[in-house]
Amino acid sequence: MAVSQPGVPAGSSSTPASLPGSGHGRLVRWIDHRLPVISFLEHELTAYPTPVNLNYWWNFGSLAGIILVIMIVTGVVLAMHYTPHASLAFDSVERIMRDVNYGWLLRYVHMNGASMFFLIVYIHMFRGLYYGSYKYPRELLWILGVVILLLMMATAFLGYVLPWGQMSYWAATVITNMFSAVPLVGDSIVTLLWGGFTVGNPTLNRFYSLHYVLPFVIVAVVGLHLVALHQHGSNNPLGIERRGPQDSIPFHPYYTIKDMFGLSVFLIVFAVFVFYLPNFLGHPDNYIPANPMVTPPHIVPEWYFLPFYAILRSVPDKLLGVVLMFGAVLILFLVPWLDTSPVRSARFRPVYRWVSWLLPADAIVLGWVGANPPSGAFVVIGQIATFYYFFHFLILMPLLGKIERPRPLPISIGAAVLAAGPPVPAAAPMERR
Amino acid sequence: MFRSIVAAALVAGLALVGGTAGTARAEGDAPHPPHQKWSFDGVFGTYDRAAMQRGFQVYKEVCAACHGVKHLYFRDLAQIGYSEDQVKGIAAQVQVTDGPNDSGEMFQRPARPSDPIPGPFANDQAARAANNGALPVDLSLIAKARVSGPDYVFALLTGYKDPPAGVKMNPNMYFNEYYPGHQIAMPPPLNPDQVKYADGTPGSVPQMARDLVSFLAWAAEPTLEERHRAGFKVILFLIVVTGVFYAAKRKIWSRIQH
Repeated sequence: MAVSQPGVPAGSSSTPASLPGSGHGRLVRWIDHRLPVISFLEHELTAYPTPVNLNYWWNFGSLAGIILVIMIVTGVVLAMHYTPHASLAFDSVERIMRDVNYGWLLRYVHMNGASMFFLIVYIHMFRGLYYGSYKYPRELLWILGVVILLLMMATAFLGYVLPWGQMSYWAATVITNMFSAVPLVGDSIVTLLWGGFTVGNPTLNRFYSLHYVLPFVIVAVVGLHLVALHQHGSNNPLGIERRGPQDSIPFHPYYTIKDMFGLSVFLIVFAVFVFYLPNFLGHPDNYIPANPMVTPPHIVPEWYFLPFYAILRSVPDKLLGVVLMFGAVLILFLVPWLDTSPVRSARFRPVYRWVSWLLPADAIVLGWVGANPPSGAFVVIGQIATFYYFFHFLILMPLLGKIERPRPLPISIGAAVLAAGPPVPAAAPMERR
Repeated sequence: MFRSIVAAALVAGLALVGGTAGTARAEGDAPHPPHQKWSFDGVFGTYDRAAMQRGFQVYKEVCAACHGVKHLYFRDLAQIGYSEDQVKGIAAQVQVTDGPNDSGEMFQRPARPSDPIPGPFANDQAARAANNGALPVDLSLIAKARVSGPDYVFALLTGYKDPPAGVKMNPNMYFNEYYPGHQIAMPPPLNPDQVKYADGTPGSVPQMARDLVSFLAWAAEPTLEERHRAGFKVILFLIVVTGVFYAAKRKIWSRIQH
């Protein structure tokens, strides 16, 4: 359904650098002639043609990028004060909290930043699912996003181990032990991860090293994600391609200011956690130093892993549990092909429009199950919710695309916006169609 | 409108999951400790200096016999309202090991404000040997290392009871309503008028427990007041900035039909 549009520059990096406009001084032109960074930024950030009708769900992409930068900056400074040694790590974190200037701020921003990053990325992904952003020609854009999610999960887990509290230690034990379910080489993999025969100082050292390097891998994949994005530009709430210049506006100033507004709203939420609820999302047991001799009564991961943890525990068989847990993430790679609907946006899909909300609802149920001990009703609820998770992707998505009758699509974004008329917000009448 | 309601419900659901994650380890059969009012609760919460000093006295005269506060330095006591000279005096009452000196010997000297507050035992083994095999935990982070930490510590200190009929107590264990499993190796630490407060406050058990919790809450989170003050300014600033950005966004977007 997507074709190249006349009048809208679609290409990105392959476009030869044009000299920036007359607004620039000689020095800028001199530099740009040799190193076209200025014209690159003008092309990709300022003039970058963007659909006129993006709603606030589209804020979360840039938010994710900004929180990534916040995490790297706070992380690099924390690394200056942290000691990755089994007998010193816990105390060094307390030194950061007590004696490093604004150490408490750095650590609480980094700690809660991880939660914020996942919250943002989960919303960003849900937006993609709701508006069909993964469909032709943006399949690789989506797949790169799932790669980023996997890298984030690895990085978050590795980072959670570093304070070397009780939950750090036992989370490391539980998660690394999952690899022992791999047939034949499982135990060797676990020994390699541990750097020994139990979680110990070598484990902490290699986790620290990997926790430092992986975010830069994330930055690289985010770069590819942006290249893929700018190749065809953003999807939009109508899910139809831009047909001409009237469908687009330059990214700057329209979306820069909208993103700045969204950012400052997000920072308020972030600040409430950092300054007033810094340990709300964490686990008190992680303020107890790691002790290999004492197992906490309930080992629970951070909230952003709880749904996957619930899937792991809903299967009595270890290997199958691990397969399903990883499968729950890996299945996202197949979404562009599992969704068979010719229409992108759920707005024009009378059934999927409702069904799409069942996935986050199911994830919340799974998270609730994951937070509780696996006994009684929680086991059954967890199994039903696990079943639904895979049913949603493997059965509902392909089936709905085939049987559902989509509503007629508007002719163009511009036409839809104009039809909406000035006094009424653009989105509402479209919804009533 | 519908979508924003659903979105709000989603966020609330996530917060709920986060919240239950926090309470998930409410352990075994111990009841949740009743909520107490603390001076450090809420957006403008601060520590009560007088209560903390009384609490430090309770710690020093009672708890310190078995429990350390290894993340605290004598210099930190200035934060609970002691003057520099008072801190020096408190430190000087304690002997610490220093060295080696020029002849290679370790030696004892009075502590200085820059020294960590030493614990009662040389190592965990010595601590266990002196306590029927039980290890008294370090108290520096206790108010953060338990669910509803301050409420829990208060409930535990005031939660000693005679064991109900039919409950068989293990040797050297005491019944406590709020301890997981109800059998705790720590004897009831606080007795009425055990501490003679310098400011004349009557030394009832709940009073001493409250004061001690005030001290321990500070010990676990000494930067709370700075955090609360900074947070208020930061959020106020962000609200203003958000308003400015929103106005700018409205203005800029009014140039086009959208």
